[in-house]
Amino acid sequence: MDFNLKIWRQKNAQEKGHFETYHVSGIEEDASFLEMLDILNEQLIREGNDPVAIERGCQSSGPVSFDHDCREGICGACSLFIDGRAHGPDDHVTTCQLFMRHFKNGATITVEPFRSPAFPIIKDLVVDRSAFDKILQAGGFISVRTGSAQDANNILIPHETAEKSMDAAACIGCGACVATCKNGSAMLFVAARVSSLALLPQGRPEAARRARNMVAKMEELGFGGCTNTRACELECPKVISVEHIARLNREFLKAKFSE
Amino acid sequence: MDDKLISKIPDGPLAEKWTKRKSELRLVNPNNRRKLEIIVVGTGLGGASAAATLGELGYNVKVFCISDSPRRAHSIAAQGGINAAKNYQNDNDAIYRLFYDTIKGGDYRSREANVYRLAEVSTAIIDQCVAQGVPFAREYGGYLANRSFGGVQVSRTFYARGQTGQQLLLGAYAALNRQIAAGTVKSYPRHEMLDLVVINGQAKGIIARNLVTGKLERFGAHAVVIATGGYGRTYYLSTNAMNSNGSAAWQCYKKGAFFANPCFAQIHPTCIPVHGTQQCKLTLMSESLRNDGRIWVPKKMEDVEKLRKHQIKASQIPEEDRDYYLERRYPAFGNLVPRDVASRAAKERCDAGFGVNETGLAVFLDFSDAIKRLGHQRVQERYGNLFDMYFKITDVSPWEEPMMIYPAIHYTMGGIWVDYDLQTTIPGLYAIGEANFSDHGGNRLGASALMQGLADGYFILPITIADYLSHKFAEPKTDTNAPEFEEAENKVQARIDKLFSIKGKETVDSIHKRLGNIMWEYVGMARDEEGLKKAIEEIEKLKAEFYENVLIPGTQMQFNQELEKALRLEDFFEIGELMARDALNRNESCGGHFRIESQTPEGEAKRDDENYMYVAAWEYKGENQEPELHKEPLKYEFIKVATRNYKD
Repeated sequence: MDFNLKIWRQKNAQEKGHFETYHVSGIEEDASFLEMLDILNEQLIREGNDPVAIERGCQSSGPVSFDHDCREGICGACSLFIDGRAHGPDDHVTTCQLFMRHFKNGATITVEPFRSPAFPIIKDLVVDRSAFDKILQAGGFISVRTGSAQDANNILIPHETAEKSMDAAACIGCGACVATCKNGSAMLFVAARVSSLALLPQGRPEAARRARNMVAKMEELGFGGCTNTRACELECPKVISVEHIARLNREFLKAKFSE
Repeated sequence: MDDKLISKIPDGPLAEKWTKRKSELRLVNPNNRRKLEIIVVGTGLGGASAAATLGELGYNVKVFCISDSPRRAHSIAAQGGINAAKNYQNDNDAIYRLFYDTIKGGDYRSREANVYRLAEVSTAIIDQCVAQGVPFAREYGGYLANRSFGGVQVSRTFYARGQTGQQLLLGAYAALNRQIAAGTVKSYPRHEMLDLVVINGQAKGIIARNLVTGKLERFGAHAVVIATGGYGRTYYLSTNAMNSNGSAAWQCYKKGAFFANPCFAQIHPTCIPVHGTQQCKLTLMSESLRNDGRIWVPKKMEDVEKLRKHQIKASQIPEEDRDYYLERRYPAFGNLVPRDVASRAAKERCDAGFGVNETGLAVFLDFSDAIKRLGHQRVQERYGNLFDMYFKITDVSPWEEPMMIYPAIHYTMGGIWVDYDLQTTIPGLYAIGEANFSDHGGNRLGASALMQGLADGYFILPITIADYLSHKFAEPKTDTNAPEFEEAENKVQARIDKLFSIKGKETVDSIHKRLGNIMWEYVGMARDEEGLKKAIEEIEKLKAEFYENVLIPGTQMQFNQELEKALRLEDFFEIGELMARDALNRNESCGGHFRIESQTPEGEAKRDDENYMYVAAWEYKGENQEPELHKEPLKYEFIKVATRNYKD
C-alpha cells in the first residue's frame, strides 16, 4: 500500500511547528501504524535531510520523533492524533494497535501530537504528559505501608464490584481523553483513578480527600473543566465510561460538604 | 568455591534461612536513613516497589526511568497473573510446593535458599497488593479467584483479567507517587543510565543522559540498585517493549559486576507468529490461555498443505485428524507443560513440516472445546480482552477459528550475579527483578516474574540493603566532582562522539534486525557447537560493520531516539556474544537452553548434573579480552535432583 503522510514537525518546545508531507510505499496491510512510521523513518534517515524540506526552511527533516514502547496497547506511551482522532480511525485502540488495513490505499493521512496546553510538545509528535504523574501524586493512591496489610481474603469484595473497579483501573494514562476534549479536560483520567479506588472498601477512608486533591491539582495544571460532551469516552482506547466521572463528582461533593 | 562468589546463604533448615538472615542483618536507625541516598534505576515492578518502600523507610531515593512516566515500564504488559502459595483453593498448595515447582521448572539450576525465600514472601505480596487497591478477580462470594499456569498441578495464580502486570505496576507506581509527594523520592523520567560510577571499589553513582536535553548528568549516592529488566531485545524480535534494553546491567558488568547464566533466555510458546518483514515486535498471547485452549497441528500432511493454500479452514479438520501433541507426549500436564517444553514441542512439529501457516512456523491454539464446555459468557470473562487483541492484530476471530501461535523470545533468566542479599560483586551495587539471575534457573514458570519483581522490591532488598548502609551514614554525600565521575562521563561522551563521527549509510534498526537473525538462528531454540561458534564470528563481523557504516542523524543535545537506540545496540552486540559464549560453555540441555548434542532418544532435554550443576558467572576482563568464567556450584541439600518429568 502507498500513503501520503502529512506530519507535524517541531524542533523543540520553543520553536514553532509546521506540517511536512512525505510519501511511503510498499506497506503491508498487516503492518501497524507505528511500523509504517518506522519505515518512513528508515527512509528519512537514509535520505539524509530532505532537500524540499530544507528549501522550505525546515531544519529538522530527519526521522520523526514519536513516543512508543510496548506496542501491545497497554503502556500508554503512544500519543498520535491521526486524521483528527486520538489514536486514529479505528475505535477503542491505541495507536500501536491500529493497522494499515483500516486505511484506503493512496490515502493522505494527517498525523499530529496530542494537543493540550497541559501537554507541551517536546519534539515532533512527542509531548510531555508529566502533568498526569503530578495529578496522581496529589492523591491517586491508598496510604498503606509495605508490610502492614492483613490477609488478602479478609477484605471481601463482590465479584461485580471488583469488575467495576477493574473497568476504571484499565486506564493506561495515554491522554487521548484530554486530546479529544474541546476543553482539554482530564476529568476521565482523574475519574478513572478516583472511581476505581472509591469502589473498593480499602479505598473508602481517603475517597473524599483523594477526589478533592486530584481535582484541585488538575485545575492548577491547566486542564479545562468538564462539560459532559462524552467525547472522551468515545475515544478512550480502554472504553472507560463517563459513569466514573459521575462517581468522581459524588466524591467531590461529599468532600465539599464535609469541609 | 570461587572466592569471588560468596553467596552468603545462611546455614540451617531451608524454612528458617530467611528468618535467620533477617535476624543477622544490621539496621539503620530512622534518623540516619535521612542521611543516606539510594539510586534506583528502572521503575518496573522491582524498581517501583523498591523505590517506594525505601522512601517509606525514610531513605533519600532518586529513581530513574527512560520513559516519560514510571508507569510505562514493561512490567505493565504482563498479562496472566502472579503466583502465591496461599492455598486458598485447598488443593494442597504450600510454600514448599511453590518452591519445589519453581526449582523443578527451572531445571535445577537455581539456588534452593533464594527460591524458598521467594515462595515464602509470595503470600505477603498478595496481601500488600490488595491493600493498595489492586482489583484482583473475585469469586461471587467476594473471595479472591485463582487460575492455573504451566508446570504446576495447583491453582495458585492471582489475576486481574489479562492485565495483571498493569494492575500490579499501577499499585507499585501509586506507592511510588505517594513517596514522591512526601518528598522522600525524587523521580527522573526520560533519563537513561549510561555508566556506573565506582569509587574505591564501591558503587557510588551513575552517569545518565537526559533524553530531552541530551545532556549528560551525574548523580551520586551511597548505593545503587539496578532494576532495568532483561536483555531479550538482543534478538530484535521479542515480546519485550521497543525500549527495553540490557544496557544498564551491561555497564555494571563492564565495571566489574559478574554476569550470570547469560544463555538462559526464555522462549514463550504462545506468541502471534511473525508476518512479513516489516515487523519489529512480537505480541504475546497469555499463558493463561493454555488453561482452556488446546494446542494441535493436523496429523495429515495433505491437510497442512490445504491450510497453507487457504483451501480449508482449521475448524473443518475433523477431530480424529488432529494431533494434540502436548496431550499426546505429556499426558500428566497436557497443554500446561512449562514454557520451554511447549516451545520445543512446537518447533519439533514445525520442523517435521506440520506448521499451519504459509511460513510453516505456526501451530493452533483452539478454544472450540472450551466454548462448548463453559459457554460463551464464561470464556468471554476469562479471555475476552485477549480474544479482542488477537482479532485486532490478525483480523481472525478466535471465536470462529483457532488462534495461530509460535514461540518467541520473552524473558531472560540470566542477569547480574547477586548473593543472597541481592548484592552484586561490586559492594553497594544491588540488582533486583529480571535484571538479576537469581531465582528462575534455566526456565521461569509462568506468573513468577511478577512475584519475583515484587518480592525483591517490597520485601527483600529494603531489608538487606540496610546491612550495607548501616556503616555508611557517617560518610559524606558522594561528590559528583570526583575524578571517577569525570572519567566515567568522559568515557560516555567519547562513545557518543564516536557514534556521530561514523556517518555511514545503514540505520541502527536495520543492523539490529540482522543481529536478531543471527541470535535467533544460532542462539535460539536449539543450539550446537558449530552454530554458536558461527554466531560469535558473525556478531563480530556485524559489529565491525556497525562501527564503519552506521548513520546517526541529528545531534547529541536534542531529543534523539536514533542515538538512544545506537547506544543500546552497542551493548546488545556484546551481550549477544556473551550469550553465545555461555551457551557454548554449557554443553548440556537444561531449561530454555537446548544443546542439540545433549538430548535423550525421545528428543527431550538431557541435563548433565555432573559437569554443569553450577551458576556460570562471567567477569569482564577488558575490551577485546576473553571474559573469565567463575563457577558457583549449586548444592541441593533439601530436594532430590531428578529428571524433569511432565509425562506422568
